[in-house]
Amino acid sequence: MSSLDLARWQFAVTTLYHFLFVPVTIGLAWFLVGFQTAWYRSKEERWLRATRFFGKLFLINFALGVVTGIVQEFQFGMNWSAYSKYVGDIFGAPLAIEGLAAFFIESTFLGLWIFGWDHLKPKVHLATVWLVALGTTGSAYFILAANSWMQHPVGYKINPVTHRAEMTSIFKILTNSTLIRAFGHTIAAAVLTASMLVLAVVALHLRRRTDVQLFAPIARIALWTTLVGAIVTMLLGHTQAQLMTKQQPMKMAAAEALYKTESGATFSLFDIGPWQRRPNKSLVSIGLPHFLSVLADNNWNGRVEGMNDLQTQYEQKYGPGDYKPIVGVTYWSFRVMAGLGILAFALAAVGLWLARVPERLERSDRFNRIAVWGLAIPMLANLSGWLFTEIGRQPWVVQGLLLTKNAVSPTVSAWSVGLTLAGFTLLYGVLAGVEAKLMIGAAKAGPDGAGTYEPKDGQEAVGVPALTY
Amino acid sequence: MLAATVHHGYWNLQTLWFFLIVVLWIGYFVLEGFDFGVGAVLPFVGRDVEERSVLIRTIGPVWDGNEVWLLVAGGATFAAFPGWYSSLFSGFYLALFLILVALILRGVAIEYRNKRPDAEWRNRWDVVLAVSSGLAALLWGVGVSDFVGGVPVDASGQVTANLLDLLHPYAIFGGLTMLALFAFHGALFLSLRTAGELEARAKATAARLGLPAAALVVGFLIWTYANARSNGKGLVPGIVPIAAFCLPFAAGAFLRSQRVGLAFTATAASVALIVLTIFLNLYPRVIVSSTDSALSPTIWTTSSSHYTLTVMTIVALVFTPIVLLYQAWTYWVFRARITGTDVRTPLTQH
Repeated sequence: MSSLDLARWQFAVTTLYHFLFVPVTIGLAWFLVGFQTAWYRSKEERWLRATRFFGKLFLINFALGVVTGIVQEFQFGMNWSAYSKYVGDIFGAPLAIEGLAAFFIESTFLGLWIFGWDHLKPKVHLATVWLVALGTTGSAYFILAANSWMQHPVGYKINPVTHRAEMTSIFKILTNSTLIRAFGHTIAAAVLTASMLVLAVVALHLRRRTDVQLFAPIARIALWTTLVGAIVTMLLGHTQAQLMTKQQPMKMAAAEALYKTESGATFSLFDIGPWQRRPNKSLVSIGLPHFLSVLADNNWNGRVEGMNDLQTQYEQKYGPGDYKPIVGVTYWSFRVMAGLGILAFALAAVGLWLARVPERLERSDRFNRIAVWGLAIPMLANLSGWLFTEIGRQPWVVQGLLLTKNAVSPTVSAWSVGLTLAGFTLLYGVLAGVEAKLMIGAAKAGPDGAGTYEPKDGQEAVGVPALTY
Repeated sequence: MLAATVHHGYWNLQTLWFFLIVVLWIGYFVLEGFDFGVGAVLPFVGRDVEERSVLIRTIGPVWDGNEVWLLVAGGATFAAFPGWYSSLFSGFYLALFLILVALILRGVAIEYRNKRPDAEWRNRWDVVLAVSSGLAALLWGVGVSDFVGGVPVDASGQVTANLLDLLHPYAIFGGLTMLALFAFHGALFLSLRTAGELEARAKATAARLGLPAAALVVGFLIWTYANARSNGKGLVPGIVPIAAFCLPFAAGAFLRSQRVGLAFTATAASVALIVLTIFLNLYPRVIVSSTDSALSPTIWTTSSSHYTLTVMTIVALVFTPIVLLYQAWTYWVFRARITGTDVRTPLTQH
């Protein structure tokens, strides 16, 4: 394998791994805000217990999110130095702003939140968790601003001397049409992910009949947020797809396995092409006629461009080359993502249906067993979403401006990339095991009890006990 | 890369950003320096799991905020000097990989150690924390020394070093210097933040580290000065390195007279001035080329456009003071010394 292939694998491995933790952090932070605010306002102890319990899960998850985030920032320079040089003027700015304006807030106030229970006034302590949630959400905005520029470059010019992209408007970059939708979609998906995590943990306890009084209302909250999260994610995903049809038609055509430009295009339900990276026809294709045109363009007979025709256009525009992404991965990752979104919605709907009758949800062993495994739904959907977004853009690293093959570090050998790829994969694998064990252990252990606690070492419980850390 | 010879004066955005990045590195090394140090002296100051819980607790609320200084330094370099960022990060490839591994293990050790009550689990993470902290301190020392020590650079301004090019004697000496100084700095931090027997032991450890750290700093700065003289570029730092090597001695003296706060301030200032010395020595270059000094990339050959630098200047001037305020407030909130009871409160499993 060349250093390019290895660098791409490394980016895929480290980025997807990082994104296992990110949506949980963002979404769960808002759950903590909700629980702690409820406690602050109602003074009901159950909300405090919920805050502390889910806070513990939040922290286990947060640790790996942070440490893998450093790799994200460093690897642009390490593996993609040609890219970094080319886009640094634009891409570096949102990354730096993210650190300065969002990640500093998130990290500093998280420290205050964890250790500040006894040191801060309740109101100030509540403010710290709000700032953590706002910080994580702000981080997402700036990181997506950088990514959206790769999907749809705006607010730049190409310097004729250096041939590098230069920023002409930070305002345009921070209000990129792609960014606005991607941000909403990502945040909604993060809420959906955290909701299904909460639901899974709650279901675990409902099955065992532990702490039912605490968990039954939380199950209902999580079902509603799952439902709303799924709807918003799908609606925004739909507007993203419409925009993508204009901005990245090749990606959208690959997502639909649409080879020829069609008016009244068919929405594909199932498609198999020849076993090639970039085929030019389908072998088996089942779909709903006209539906793609309606989805893409709100028009029964709308014209949707196909990959073969786009390929011809791009060759004229950019010169010879293959401008299709890997069609199979693009097509199926899109379908897996969308399908799982629908599944999440369905699970929440069933749960809410059960929840109408008192005790029915709590006692439904079947539903709660499914809900525990339901956590896999948003996790896989998140990963599929990024696979689709990034693979669908290939062969470009910056759409229309820079090809991925020209972005890799020229001075780094394949051996070096291979070594670090192996190193990160091994380290990440081990840490995933430790993390999973800790998460499951903490989830099963349940919240620290009201009245169930026995002091050890003859100590008295004084005041509000500090959060487990 | 011919612009290296042209003098552009000091009143420009490139110079401003060069020194803003210096400020970020100083922030990173002064702050994370003591939490690296706490990790490195952990086995020497803390004799059992519970004592080590107290020691780790002193950095618990702040280490993550400290590490963000690195992320911002990296991000700011990316934004303001893409050529520097890309050349440096790809050129120091395996060294950075090792640093990343050390930082990952360190973060995980701090965060995961207290998630389970059993002593064996905690012991294991304590070993990881001590080794990774020491390694990170050493590697950063090596890396920063390589900025000025010189590495092979090709005609396009790309660093072409392999791992062995980075491990020349001057850089290794720099690594040992940083390790010793951070350990001293960390032991002083612990002397300020603990009480009773742990405080006494932290002070004793600091007292033992003071002289070796000070001697290494003197040696490192003399070596740096000799290097700088031989290639005749960069600002002549004068008072800065002199103060930098006097301060660790002052810290030792303050410690002996029980003025630990002043001693800690002195090591913090020494770390800051060493970083400043290195970057003053570098200016206006961003990396020293050992191949041919004319090939050294400079702030002029690697910077972003005027527009990006202007935008980033506004962002930095607005947010940096705010960050400083709330981080300072955090240290104020957690100013009380940590004792065994802090980590033994019933529901906590510190």
